[in-house]
Amino acid sequence: MLLIPCPLCGKRSESEFIHGGPVGADRPDPNAVSDAEWVDYLTVAPNPLGPVQEKWWHARGCGEWLTIWRDTRTHDIVEAPDGIK
Amino acid sequence: MGSSSRLASGGRINRDRPLRFRFNGKDYQGFEGDTLASALLANGVRVTARSFKYHRPRGIVGHGPEEPATLVELEGEDASGNRPATTVVLCEGLRAHSVNCWPSPDFDLGGISQLFARFIPAGFYYKTFKWPGWHLFEPSIRKAAGLAAAPATPPASGHFEARHAHADVLVAGAGPAGLKAALEAGRAGKRVFLADEGTEAGGSLLNRALTISARPAMDWVAEAVAELHGMKNVTHLQNATVWAYREHNLLIVNERSPEQDNILERSWRVRAGEVVIATGATERAMVFSGNDRPGVMLAASVQAYVNRWGVAPGKRVALFTNNNSAYAVAADLAAAGVIVTAILDSRKNVPPEALELVPDLPVHTATVAAGIFGHKRVRAVLAAPVSGGTPKWIRCDVLAHSGGWNPTVHLWSQSRSSLRYDEGIAAFLPDRAAQTCRAVGAAAGDLTLDRIVDGGADLPYAIEPLWRVDVPVQRGRAFLDIQNDVSVSDAQLALREGYSNVEHVKRYTTGGMGIDQGKTGNINIIGTVAMQQGVPLPQVGTTTFRAPYTPVSFGAIGGLREDSVLFPYRHTPVTQWNKDNGAVMYEAGARWRRPGYFPNPGENLQEAVNRECRAVREGVGVYDGSPLGTFELKGRDVPKFLDFIYSNVMSSLQPGDGRYGLMLSDDGLILDDGVAFRLDDHRWMISTSTGHADAVNQHMEKLLQTEFPGWQVMITTVTSQWNNATICGPRAREVMQALGTDIDLSPQAFPFMSLRDGTVAGFPARVVRVSFTGELSYEVNVAPRNMAALWDKVMEAGAPFGILPVGSESSHVLRVEKGFLSLGHEVDGTVDAYDLGMGWAMSKKKPDYLGKRSVMLRRAGGATRRELVGILPKDPDQQIPEGAPLTPGGHKQATEGLVTACVWSVVNRRWVGLALLENGQARHGETAHVRLRDAVIPVTVTEPVFHDPDGTRLRS
Ligand SMILES: [Zn+2]
Repeated sequence: MLLIPCPLCGKRSESEFIHGGPVGADRPDPNAVSDAEWVDYLTVAPNPLGPVQEKWWHARGCGEWLTIWRDTRTHDIVEAPDGIK
Repeated sequence: MGSSSRLASGGRINRDRPLRFRFNGKDYQGFEGDTLASALLANGVRVTARSFKYHRPRGIVGHGPEEPATLVELEGEDASGNRPATTVVLCEGLRAHSVNCWPSPDFDLGGISQLFARFIPAGFYYKTFKWPGWHLFEPSIRKAAGLAAAPATPPASGHFEARHAHADVLVAGAGPAGLKAALEAGRAGKRVFLADEGTEAGGSLLNRALTISARPAMDWVAEAVAELHGMKNVTHLQNATVWAYREHNLLIVNERSPEQDNILERSWRVRAGEVVIATGATERAMVFSGNDRPGVMLAASVQAYVNRWGVAPGKRVALFTNNNSAYAVAADLAAAGVIVTAILDSRKNVPPEALELVPDLPVHTATVAAGIFGHKRVRAVLAAPVSGGTPKWIRCDVLAHSGGWNPTVHLWSQSRSSLRYDEGIAAFLPDRAAQTCRAVGAAAGDLTLDRIVDGGADLPYAIEPLWRVDVPVQRGRAFLDIQNDVSVSDAQLALREGYSNVEHVKRYTTGGMGIDQGKTGNINIIGTVAMQQGVPLPQVGTTTFRAPYTPVSFGAIGGLREDSVLFPYRHTPVTQWNKDNGAVMYEAGARWRRPGYFPNPGENLQEAVNRECRAVREGVGVYDGSPLGTFELKGRDVPKFLDFIYSNVMSSLQPGDGRYGLMLSDDGLILDDGVAFRLDDHRWMISTSTGHADAVNQHMEKLLQTEFPGWQVMITTVTSQWNNATICGPRAREVMQALGTDIDLSPQAFPFMSLRDGTVAGFPARVVRVSFTGELSYEVNVAPRNMAALWDKVMEAGAPFGILPVGSESSHVLRVEKGFLSLGHEVDGTVDAYDLGMGWAMSKKKPDYLGKRSVMLRRAGGATRRELVGILPKDPDQQIPEGAPLTPGGHKQATEGLVTACVWSVVNRRWVGLALLENGQARHGETAHVRLRDAVIPVTVTEPVFHDPDGTRLRS
């Protein structure tokens, strides 16, 4: 169970959060990309062996969506939201 | 038999408190402070188990959680299976029996499988349990190979509990190193959490006769414990195993039999600033022929039985060792009056300080144990010179062996911290820490007391590793894993068959995969692999240490998180009324419980549903619609936001008006359907299906917070702030008038899909004209505090019109008659709005909204779609099971659709259904076929609507 830094609540247990997946590419203008590019946007998610930027929702806390960098090898949170150590 | 093996004095047992217990059907007596193992040894019981695979007779080998041989099943109220006898604390009336044997370990019919041992080689399961023949073997293998069965009922006498804790320092283990670390942290004012798996603190000091500053070491332990108990910042638990070390310094501790009588076990989840691993060391077995015979025991365990429990496991004990620790065992045995017949030491040069401990005992250097004489108990050991001289039999009734010591690095490794192989103690040691933790004492490789506590006196440790005995005179099996019956020849076979990685050897042979997880034998498997491959041991490496360190009951893991606590049901203010009025309650998604139907006495489900449906179609009904997800959205950018998340246009709505819409995900799946109402310029209210309220909330918040943080939209969940009674049916307007309202109810002033605020029956109310039944409907929303009173008034005002409460069964019938969607039925990941005949909901005007591009992309492929249709069984009295497949012509071939719903329609007096059918929209009027296992049902394909196709009634 991770200890996840929330910018509003501080470090809280993972059980209070819902995982929101890795941060992928920005949503393209669907009318300005090819079919292949659109499918890539929908289906290709970062899945590195190492630090990944991901979203978490403090659903059972303050309701904040936050972004951290988590190392998938160690679970170390290598970069937390601003103001949190 | 009596207490024949109990020493006259000594031990940490209470001889004034005898306890009676029963083992394998025989009655015995032990003392308070005994374990089941020590009490059995005290009673002279030597054969205590049969082995897993070959049913060989086994005795007690260890004295703690490392015990590989004697597993028992406890009977009675606290029944539990597969418990090492060494960890079962004796109590009055305890009843237990051995696993793996029938009718008894002394006379076990399964033992006959020993004769077939050569037919059960390593990898037997992999070679045998293969298609197509595995089912021929399965029943007999399962019967023969099973350990204890799961108890039939949960423990009767209490419950399991979970607790969370935070600590500056968590110390795992209350031996000398753990106590010292806890004292230091406690004196520094830190919040300390000290947990130890034993019944009392002291660790190895409980088992040994050592001194600290010339006083008994246990005096030092008592003083340390007393000082810790005086500190408010220290939590000290015994009977509490730290069994898992998880990420971010979360540790899970299982506390057995806490102080409170009604709690069986308590699961602690402790988040620690720093973790001190003081888990001691585990003695490892020697590998030689016959090393599994009853009476072949770990040396330190024999020492523990003598010192801690006042039991001599044998009258004439021989020892076999490759290290110094067995000399202290021999000295303690001699001091207790046990005859030590020989010390076999595989080393040529034994350090003089070891020999000085046993000046009068016969030490045979450069000699190994090469065999055991005796089947159900040891009678002699074959002492064989390493150099190949003449072996000789030495009489003994116990052979105590020590293959050295492994630091107990399980928790350390679970934390992902690394190990290194240390030549000096021939063992794997903690190396680099991956989390904020450190190992101390024996767990860190400091195997003697003088290295841990100032003033501690101990024999210096020295070892020359011997991974297995390898002399020509040796005959018979030498076991690497006693619990799973894995012998040296099994490991060698695995290597010959190409399993060169130690992880593969482990799985192929099942070595180290038993309940003891190979605590005494894994290192010998690694050593055997290293010897066979001719590589140094560190190159082979260890297998992965995984939680749990020792077995944990499912009850402890679950704790109090049983269904009603983890997910309490949600209720509306009408729940009690529903129950009082005979409702059959259903679970209705998102933990809501709603009435399914309201049977009159003697009425069956169908009769009750028909009656409720008729009321709605012909008169009036009412249902409690409170569980529908409801959200209020405020802000300048709500119209823009709603246009993005709904497939149709919402921004054009005027205050007071609403619209039905579909929410799609960006990959084109239908996420939810619901209605959106505009309250005023910047305030909106949307509703979602009951089961999807949380998902829609997450969806909206994620978009707003991560994609459009600049948009001014505030979302408030108001599901529980508004309750509603939905009055529906041709006479609904009359009931509303009877209730009394200041809202003009005429269809011109208050049309379908609009919303009015006002007063109903004296309560402030928001009335919404939506319809999920196809009839004239008023959804009367009030504050929850007024809901029960409103409900009573509705029933009273509706009585002259024959109003009936309507359950979810009838709601289902009514919506199917109208062809209204139900997300779980007609909508799955394959269906889009066009398939449902709702292409009108997919805005052409909006250049972009969630899901648009993906739906268009999918449809552009031109593949055949399954489309929503109505179906009428040719035989009107023929019911079709929901979910039944449709196949072309009813033939046995790939399906072309499925029945999503089928109900008895009160307005049509026949069964009607909905289905998803390939090209269905173009097949109205055709015959399709439902194919069941034993029947083919022809149906007519129709429009998916069976009542009021123009919607005149719902707009009335
Ligand atoms: Zn928070």
